[in-house]
Amino acid sequence: MIKVSKLSKIYEIGEVETVALSDVSFEIKKGEFVAIMGPSGSGKSTLMHILGALDLPTKGDCILDGKSVLNLDEDQLADIRNRKIGFIFQSYNLLPRTTAMQNVMLPMSYAGIEKEKKQEIVRKYLEMVGLANRMDHTSNQLSGGQQQRVAIARSLVMNPAILLADEPTGNIASAQADEIMKIFEKLNNQGHTIIMITHEADIASHAKRIIHIRDGKVEKDEKN
Amino acid sequence: MQDLFETIIEGFQTLTLNKMRTGLAILGIVIGIGSVITLISLGQGSQQSIENQIQSLGSNLLTISPSRQNDRGIMGAQGGNTSLTLADAKAIEEKFSNTLVNKVSPEYSNRSQVVASRNNSNVSVIGVYPTYAEIRKVIMDKGVFISDRDVSSMTKVVVLGPTTATDLFGEISPIGKTIKIGNQTLKVIGVTVSKGGSGFNNPDDMIYVPLTTAQKQIFGRDNLTSIAVEAKTKEVMVQAQDEIGYLLLSQHKLNSPDEADFMIMSQNDLLNTVSQVTGTLTALLGGIAAISLLVGGIGIMNIMLVTVTERTREIGLRKALGAKKKTIITQFLIESILLTFIGGVIGMIFGITASFLISKVMNLAYVISLSSIILAIGVSSLIGIIFGLYPARKAANLQPIEALRYE
Repeated sequence: MIKVSKLSKIYEIGEVETVALSDVSFEIKKGEFVAIMGPSGSGKSTLMHILGALDLPTKGDCILDGKSVLNLDEDQLADIRNRKIGFIFQSYNLLPRTTAMQNVMLPMSYAGIEKEKKQEIVRKYLEMVGLANRMDHTSNQLSGGQQQRVAIARSLVMNPAILLADEPTGNIASAQADEIMKIFEKLNNQGHTIIMITHEADIASHAKRIIHIRDGKVEKDEKN
Repeated sequence: MQDLFETIIEGFQTLTLNKMRTGLAILGIVIGIGSVITLISLGQGSQQSIENQIQSLGSNLLTISPSRQNDRGIMGAQGGNTSLTLADAKAIEEKFSNTLVNKVSPEYSNRSQVVASRNNSNVSVIGVYPTYAEIRKVIMDKGVFISDRDVSSMTKVVVLGPTTATDLFGEISPIGKTIKIGNQTLKVIGVTVSKGGSGFNNPDDMIYVPLTTAQKQIFGRDNLTSIAVEAKTKEVMVQAQDEIGYLLLSQHKLNSPDEADFMIMSQNDLLNTVSQVTGTLTALLGGIAAISLLVGGIGIMNIMLVTVTERTREIGLRKALGAKKKTIITQFLIESILLTFIGGVIGMIFGITASFLISKVMNLAYVISLSSIILAIGVSSLIGIIFGLYPARKAANLQPIEALRYE
């Protein structure tokens, strides 16, 4: 499903070279629930950007759902993000003053799916995250936990191969965070591949495998 | 690719989120388009009015007047020539009345002080034949115009223009009253209908007397100051102008057109000149208004640039969810086109209303051409594209990670 081989990312800011990732290799199979853990500055965000086709590696390769991200132009990368990856961000990133329904619809609009089909799919996934009755609420009328559930619904509508969650509970009160994690477990049981980046051990404990990153290198890769 | 209709709806919703800013951005375009339409409409309206006024002075009209005399290289004053005579007018009538010419009106005009009991006024006194009224479209309000009998028996009668009538007699009907010009006493037999006009040659501020009376009794001259000729049709005007010219040359025993001591002005020449002048004026006004439109366009660009910066995170998110460059460009272009298009439509309504009101107040013809409306809508949309393209491209070129990190 995902294969990362000898991945390096070096940022050049002026004359100074910063190595964010060096020689990272691992493989994630379909249906796995993986947590990537590490302190801030460890390179886990950079790794997530490359796994999410938001950024390209300096060296090495990253194969997503059987397709290398190298040699792709911007629009082809956009297409991969649209069809193969579902993003869940720490700060939810919903469009402000826009209804839950419209937010969840957005990836499908970019894929050119027609209106009736879109509404049907939106309804299905908002029901799944327990927000069927909040469909027409705008994002500022929802609590943090509810907003993150809308974001999860949005990440699912294109039925992506990989769900990529970046600190999904970072901004959420712990009671609601548990709910979010329950949804992740449920999705994983249904067969979704989930990669979650976090620095909190108790959140990572929900995953079945934990990859520890430190100073741009894989420190430990263990079954949970 | 996202559905275009959906993008338009979405753009519209985004614009309604910040009503104040949207309103101000639109206002620039409203003022620009509004002033372009208003000023062009007023320019065209005054052109129309002036042309109507010229047409009301007679149709298919040729005016012959004396030109400066060239006496062996010594130039005389313009129009200060006494070469034109009643014989010339008679010759034109005799030779062309069956072919090129409908009517001929010999005229002698001069300014003079006119006195009526307590009031007096300095007006244009014109000695005329009855044909004057027919050619120059003079219509009587009260009484009658100068007749053939008045001319042949040199009667001391006078017809007043409406302005002169009011100046001399106020609200009292002047018919049957007398006025004095120099030492001659003349009886008022008629008042003409107003033609509207102003300035030195105001057709409402004139008095008409029989030609013979003017020449022999009032001013003591026997030349003419002008001969007005009505051509049979518009098509023969150029021919009539040429043939009359040759006739007059032979009448005056001159050999070549270079020596001509008269000139023939066709009404078309005058119309063309006026159209050219007012056309230039309209273009000038439109040009000035276009500057405000340009300023409005720059305002749109400014707002769109602010919008792009403000919505950097949103753009990053959209890109992360799979929006392509083209999608982002379309989204922002549609927003800027919506701004300018709405501004264009409102500006058009304002412009049409304003030019209607102003033309009513200033007594001008009201002209709104379809072309200026199409131009306004087209230009405003075009401004949306031109001034929206740079901000839209700037948005589309944002790197998704940078944009997502933007605070």
